[in-house]
Amino acid sequence: MKKLPELEYLGLPPIKQFGYNFCLFFAELPSNFLKALKKIPAGIWKLLCAIGRFFAEIGSIFKNGDWKTRLSFFIMGFGQFFRHQIGRGIIFLTMEIIFVCFMVFFGFDYLAGMGSLGEVAVEKTLNEFGLEIITYKDNSLKILLYGVLTICFIVGFIGTWVMNVKQNGLAQKLIEKGVRPKAFKDDLKSLADEQYYKTLLAVPLLGIVVFTVIPIFFMILIAFTNYDYSHLPPENLFDWVGLENFRTMLSTDISGSGKFAYTFREILIWTLIWALIATFSNYFLGMFVAICINRKGIKFKKVFRTILVMTIAVPQFVSLLLVSKMFADEGIVNNVLMKLNWITERIGWLSTPDLARIMVLVINLWVGIPYLMLITTGVLMNIPADLYESAKIDGASGIKQFTKITLPYMLFVTGPYLLTSFTANINNFNVIYLLTAGKPKTMAYEGGAGSTDLLITWLYTMTVTNNDYKLAAVVGILVFVVVAVISLIVYNLSPAMKNEEDFQ
Amino acid sequence: MSKYTSKSGKERFVRTAIYVFLTALCIIWLIPFVYLIFQAFRGESTSMVTYIVPKQWSLVNFQVLFTETNFLKWYGNTFIIALCNAVLQTVIVLCVAYALSRMRFKGRKLLMNIMLVLGMFPGFLSMIATYFILKLFGLTSENSVPGLILIYAASSGMGYYIAKGFFDTIPKSLDEAARIDGASRSRVFFRIIMPMAKPIIIYTIMMAFIAPWGDFMYASLISFGHEQAYNVAVGLYKWLDKEHINSYFTIFCAGGLFVSIPVTALFMALQKYYVEGVTGGAVKG
Repeated sequence: MKKLPELEYLGLPPIKQFGYNFCLFFAELPSNFLKALKKIPAGIWKLLCAIGRFFAEIGSIFKNGDWKTRLSFFIMGFGQFFRHQIGRGIIFLTMEIIFVCFMVFFGFDYLAGMGSLGEVAVEKTLNEFGLEIITYKDNSLKILLYGVLTICFIVGFIGTWVMNVKQNGLAQKLIEKGVRPKAFKDDLKSLADEQYYKTLLAVPLLGIVVFTVIPIFFMILIAFTNYDYSHLPPENLFDWVGLENFRTMLSTDISGSGKFAYTFREILIWTLIWALIATFSNYFLGMFVAICINRKGIKFKKVFRTILVMTIAVPQFVSLLLVSKMFADEGIVNNVLMKLNWITERIGWLSTPDLARIMVLVINLWVGIPYLMLITTGVLMNIPADLYESAKIDGASGIKQFTKITLPYMLFVTGPYLLTSFTANINNFNVIYLLTAGKPKTMAYEGGAGSTDLLITWLYTMTVTNNDYKLAAVVGILVFVVVAVISLIVYNLSPAMKNEEDFQ
Repeated sequence: MSKYTSKSGKERFVRTAIYVFLTALCIIWLIPFVYLIFQAFRGESTSMVTYIVPKQWSLVNFQVLFTETNFLKWYGNTFIIALCNAVLQTVIVLCVAYALSRMRFKGRKLLMNIMLVLGMFPGFLSMIATYFILKLFGLTSENSVPGLILIYAASSGMGYYIAKGFFDTIPKSLDEAARIDGASRSRVFFRIIMPMAKPIIIYTIMMAFIAPWGDFMYASLISFGHEQAYNVAVGLYKWLDKEHINSYFTIFCAGGLFVSIPVTALFMALQKYYVEGVTGGAVKG
């Protein structure tokens, strides 16, 4: 594809600019990919150099260090004690003591068990009356989880150790030059000023590491084991199986074990269709409603708006559960329609596969339109009125005004929202689970999946109902891949997301 | 003005069509709520019935709700969670957003990219491990209220985008002027940025307060099997399964109505901040 010159590109209307970006992205995908591949060796080389430099630095600190510095390689904080940095010294020493205790009493056993994930799950012995006593010995789950925790601990400790060594090296150099190294008091002061970000980020990052990074790391490891309903600790052990779960999920033959792969593909396709339709139908219909309400000469604007906005405020689990009961086979909708003699048989709104899919999309409109109405109303009111005035004078029709003024403006302002709501819809648990719980079930699907299931609700069923953790982990990783690819494309297409410094 | 009020035939037709459309829309949107209210005040039979308007109006459902069920306990749980979450999440989000927006340090870009990638994993994926970590601290089952607060707050650092976007629009020259006058970073944060960030603080508090009321996914797993520790979503959900629906349907409606009141009131009062937040400050609601 031919690349347009900058000026010509800027002359295009926004929609065409977007289209051009879109085409360009895919046209350049292969070459960009090759470029990235070519960068890999250089990147590895750079990384190796950095590692080399790092060790050289540590080595030179040891070589040039006096006895205080050298000893603090083994006893952290030792050097600091002799250099009037008592506060720092105490902190480092305590950390080392805690770490050693942790490893001796707790971490080491679990780390050693990571390779086999336990040898014996249950030991049965007879007591003196000849009755069986069951003692639980190795628990694969605990070994894996605590093993991961221990690894994190070790990584953290290595970081502290490096910091300790570097600090010693620096302090020694400064003293040789006759400068007094910074004391603990200065550290505290700097934490409120130049290094304020450390203070601000410490707690949030700790939370993210403990409750997001470690769990994700753990679940990625689960995808390489056979942890499922027939290998549930503490009665049973599970073990490493390599890539077998991925093979099950991605295999191409339909018969036998390939059914999982088939289910996965079908659900993936439905998830993408759902996300696409749900996002754009809400967006355009919401905008349409907002335009209707905002039209000049329409009265009761506030009334219409308030009624629609009320639905956002009511918690989804109340409104969606209620709606799901209204559309149930025995629900009020069927009953009323039958009383009115409009239908003679109950319609399975949410229990016939294809109709259920349409219904969740329609009900999702009911959920989503008010949100979009609220957002777009705000944006619409911000469009300068003189734009429309001059368009009118030039004789532009209503449709022309919409496509040339309203839509480009809307897309510009709400673009990022549109894109994030697409990925949010891929993981839209609430609407599907509360409405249908993935039902109706079909025989064609494996793993308890139903025809309205999204990947995320299937994941829920697999873990909570079926205890099929290994395949759930695989599905989770694949969801990540899908979302990541889409986000990458989107990220490359929208200039607004790349240039964060533009406003400053 | 005369241009817009001219009663040409076409204009009148368009307007009538819009009124009809909007009225129909409002009716459709209101049906579930009217239905909810009708069922909540229905005196006869607690199961689902084939007609909409109750034959006998009464408050018996509310009476059962407050005296014979655990609803008040669940309501209290959810309220505590929502309140704590509103405080903790707001503090965390503002800290992260300020650090990433105003300060430049080594590893900042890397950190932002890592958080972006972490956000792409489906939240549910990490739940099993989260469950066992919480169990390690003894914060599951009967203690799930502090456990849930911890989970919500711990992962909230990744939702800093909107607040950061807002901080980005505050001119940096303000910070610099204060820094030249000798103010430390923490002083700048509390004395200059915070007072200017009122809309985004309100938005964050509002979202953090509302979210726990509707959370089903986490709450159902963490509080599994311990009725005393449920939040409203999990508790009320259980009333609609096959065994309970016939004796609890109207009570569910009463509970749902009662849950909706604080959330709706809060949202209606603060909706302009919602618009401002979602559109990244591009729109002053």
